[in-house]
Amino acid sequence: MSELVVLDAGFLATVQDLGRPGFAFQGVPAAGAADAVALRLGNRLVGNERGTAALELTLTGGAFRCEGDAVLAFAGADPKAESGGSPLAPWTAHRIPSGTTFRCGALIGGARSYLCVRGGLDVPRVLGSASTHLAAGLGGLGGRPLRAGDRLAVASAPLRPPTELRIDPAGIPGYRAGAPFRVVDGVQAAWFDDEARREFFAAAWTVSEACDRMGIRMTGPSLLRRDPRELVTEGVTPGAVQVPGGGTPIVLLVEAPTTGGYPKIACVIAADLARLGQLRPRDRIRFERTTLSAAAAAAEAQEEALAAIGA
Amino acid sequence: MSPDDDFRTQPAVRIVPSSDRALLVVFDDAITAGGARAVRSLTVWLTEEPIDGVVDLHPAYGSVLVASDPSRIALPRLDEALRERLARLQARPGPRARSHTFQVRYGGEDGPDLAEVARLLGLSQGEIVALHTGADYEVRFIGFAPGFPYLAGLPAALATPRREAPRRQVPAGSVAVAGAQAGIYALATPGGWNLLGRTSAVIFDPRRDPPGLLAPGDRVRFVAEGGSP
Repeated sequence: MSELVVLDAGFLATVQDLGRPGFAFQGVPAAGAADAVALRLGNRLVGNERGTAALELTLTGGAFRCEGDAVLAFAGADPKAESGGSPLAPWTAHRIPSGTTFRCGALIGGARSYLCVRGGLDVPRVLGSASTHLAAGLGGLGGRPLRAGDRLAVASAPLRPPTELRIDPAGIPGYRAGAPFRVVDGVQAAWFDDEARREFFAAAWTVSEACDRMGIRMTGPSLLRRDPRELVTEGVTPGAVQVPGGGTPIVLLVEAPTTGGYPKIACVIAADLARLGQLRPRDRIRFERTTLSAAAAAAEAQEEALAAIGA
Repeated sequence: MSPDDDFRTQPAVRIVPSSDRALLVVFDDAITAGGARAVRSLTVWLTEEPIDGVVDLHPAYGSVLVASDPSRIALPRLDEALRERLARLQARPGPRARSHTFQVRYGGEDGPDLAEVARLLGLSQGEIVALHTGADYEVRFIGFAPGFPYLAGLPAALATPRREAPRRQVPAGSVAVAGAQAGIYALATPGGWNLLGRTSAVIFDPRRDPPGLLAPGDRVRFVAEGGSP
């Protein structure tokens, strides 16, 4: 069986798939890849099923060696990977002979890159998923980030052939970097006064250093509430923009808790969720209000575009 | 069937969009036993007879967030399906509620906030332990982190503000209080509640089916291991 050997894990590398939906009632968020669109496209490039387990590389890419011939692709931010002086471009499949070492640099154009290997990474499934839930230490490789010396077995299931084509992610609706994040009203939107709601949409928010798989704290104007009442804890999902007492909003990401007690001013729509996973500290972002029907159309357009290329 | 068990008589129930792929069914905006019964009944029903396209249920004190896959069910259709269920919702106790007694090591390294909580409330550590072990708790829901039970029944005299600076890592099994709430950190996670003690019971084990030891409706009692500190 071939293996992917970790020589250097970079800033943070974890095994991720499309998560473990169905356990929120036990306090377990679905989680999975922070940028699910990139994971699906990367898996398509190497001929895997869309939710096959891959490596999520964060901010810097690390270094790896293949033991056994491999077909791999990088999707998401460009990790500037190279092997023996030759670049391994993202969004395209590469055939890598056994024994090859490849190195990545700082990720360009986003926070996360998915290293998808044909066959997928073979780790034990926990509650139906290979994904690593860092806060709870579940899944992936021992529930923890990868480190130098780790060896990941590559599965060898029969598969469809890898695509010979380069995928252009700009063709996926909702996936264009730099576009405003479209939101619908949060459950407690009316708790905020008109001024706060205007500011939320007018401001260019800065992604702070407090930015991980659980959520993204943003800096900008303080969003003050009209309604001072305390919220009784209720269910929350990724994309929700919650505003703690200090008025600094937090956008929840894939590994956010299943319930929360802060009022929510807005929620990022499904079609724009994957891009949230590419935000880095100091990025500037804007929010744009949309309707539930426009959000449904956007989700459908994105899903159709992914289905059209088999991702 | 008592009138209490017929949720059609509850006028306050409403369904609001939480996002473009989730609806929040709100039975009660306050923390009440009636709200908890309704939440449990809807959660059990949607688990036993799922609505196609629903991917997750997030029950809480008085509400259930119903998360869907937008490519499998449109939000208006989900709204309709939930309204149809709510019109017929009756008490469903679900699996028989169980009783659990947890041995707790109070204070010291296991309960690093016991002394501070005692000071804040003007009580001795022994009195805090006596209050905490003297109460009957009910699991309202599992939320926040894998396996974490939100417990109702904390004596009012034990209400404390949560810590100003949350801990980066709270040990698994830590028995905690915050506000009117009590809970148990099932796994080692970050957390801001006050830690009174620690139990060795394994609250959440992903290899177990179901992984969580506790379920909504279960009764919980704490006893001091080896007496009071």
